[in-house]
Amino acid sequence: MAITLSGDQSIPAPPLSSRLTPAQIWGIVLLAPYLLVFLAFVVYPVCYGLWLARAPSNYVALYNDPIFARAAVNTLIFLVIGINIKMLIALFLSGFFAQQRSWIKWLSVIFILPWAVPSIPTILSVRFMLNPEWGVINHLIFSFTGDDGPNWLNDPTVALTMAIGVHIWKSLPFWTLILITGRLAISHDLFEAAEVDGASWWQKFRFITWPSMQTLYVTCTLLSMIWTLGDFNSVYLLTGGGPADLTHVLSTLGIRYLRLDQLSLAMASIVCAMPFVLPLVYFMMKRLSR
Amino acid sequence: MKLPSLREVATEARLLLIGIPVFLWTMIPIYHMFLFAISPKEDAFSGKLWPDHPTLHNFEIVFKQQHYFLRDFYIQFWNSTLIAAAVGVLTLFVATAAAFSISRLKVPGGRMVLNLALFTYFIPAAFLAVPMYRTMGNYGLLNNHWALILAMVTIASPYAIWVLKQASDKLPVELDEAAVMDGATTLQIFRLVYLPLMMPSLVAIGTYAVLLAWNEYLYAFLLLSNDREITLPVALGNFLAADDSPWELLMTTGFIYALPPAAVYYAFRRYMVGGLTAGAVKS
Repeated sequence: MAITLSGDQSIPAPPLSSRLTPAQIWGIVLLAPYLLVFLAFVVYPVCYGLWLARAPSNYVALYNDPIFARAAVNTLIFLVIGINIKMLIALFLSGFFAQQRSWIKWLSVIFILPWAVPSIPTILSVRFMLNPEWGVINHLIFSFTGDDGPNWLNDPTVALTMAIGVHIWKSLPFWTLILITGRLAISHDLFEAAEVDGASWWQKFRFITWPSMQTLYVTCTLLSMIWTLGDFNSVYLLTGGGPADLTHVLSTLGIRYLRLDQLSLAMASIVCAMPFVLPLVYFMMKRLSR
Repeated sequence: MKLPSLREVATEARLLLIGIPVFLWTMIPIYHMFLFAISPKEDAFSGKLWPDHPTLHNFEIVFKQQHYFLRDFYIQFWNSTLIAAAVGVLTLFVATAAAFSISRLKVPGGRMVLNLALFTYFIPAAFLAVPMYRTMGNYGLLNNHWALILAMVTIASPYAIWVLKQASDKLPVELDEAAVMDGATTLQIFRLVYLPLMMPSLVAIGTYAVLLAWNEYLYAFLLLSNDREITLPVALGNFLAADDSPWELLMTTGFIYALPPAAVYYAFRRYMVGGLTAGAVKS
């Protein structure tokens, strides 16, 4: 499965060596479009953004802004609790979907839907379900208990939990799919041998499945954490950062500052996240280009 | 035929005990959206699990643009289509050329470009959005479709280059050698040998880029604001501007908007799963 990125530079392709110059010219010409895109829309914006965020006063302002501290804590909760719960469920479900049953095959086709459809309409659908007056959840609570249901999105803890739930709903199928491919790559003989020896399901998981999947599992968890830092939709479309800006995460906070025309604060908040993001990115790149 | 043993029944029951909650969890938000689309307003807001009078009236309102929020529905649908198609074509062009250059022509510095691209792939898109917004302003592209197209090409191409580079590496070098023997130029190799062999990966990457652009909300709402320039997801977000939003129409439009990507996804599922897992699974 691992395809190395390294090691192909040392051996120049022999047939091209006789006509090295035209091939190399073409190589540069064909690489040029991406380099242009990269320079114009990655390098320039990033440098410009860093330049905007250079003044120390921005960081003082951020430090004094309680919304920033709250967003940083929310982001940590989202990553540490939300992602780990999601990956554990994905690990569990990958075992379920690896079962050979025709109805499970069909279920796996349906299970992909949240990932295959755009997130905007489905998140808004959840948002209306949670509406305290007209949402279907509180209607059901009322008809069963006679009591009014809670005002779901008006409590910061509940609202953030719901945003994490929406995130899990949306991205669980993708990670489950990845873990299923990891699981199916394990030799079946191992399980048959364990069956003969009378191993329990936990022993099979502990001594066969987990050792062969742990690298993949950790890679997926880190990758999911990096990407979740950029998950704007789950929070913005469900809670809009509310109530009282208490459910922001770093990705929505940057956009909030941007909307308030405080671009340097927006950039500064992103710069503050970099000490956490860059080691993860470095680790991932190491892992992928091995 | 023998009867299933007690043990088999117990296993099946346990599997169902997982399968049923998984099914409900997956379907409830989607069913809720569908329910709103076929419900008259009063049924939708009364929390019924099935409307008393299911109707297609909401679809009629959307298709005839008979509501304030929907007056530019067709042009917004067209914008979404056009932008997704342009992003697909441009990403394929940029990424295929780069992958060919790095993998087949072994251009000096190719490895470094690949690492830079990979680095971009890992930077959360919402973080890049802030400086990107300002940059597009500096380039004078705000409120222009090109802003969104170029931004999405920037986001889609790192992954595209990476997957295509991996796929190119698997093609035997002998093909290029033989073509060179026959006197083929580099461009001919690219067109006549490389592109046909890469078709499955190109389909996967094209689909990936098109879906990414069609589904994008954040960049679209930052970079486009004029009602006749915005894409459908931005229009859906704009429904929330009013306190008494017509949610049944919002869900109907959302349902229509969600259908094409779902159809594309299922049509190209085999390519998508192969291509995407090749990228994410690297143990």
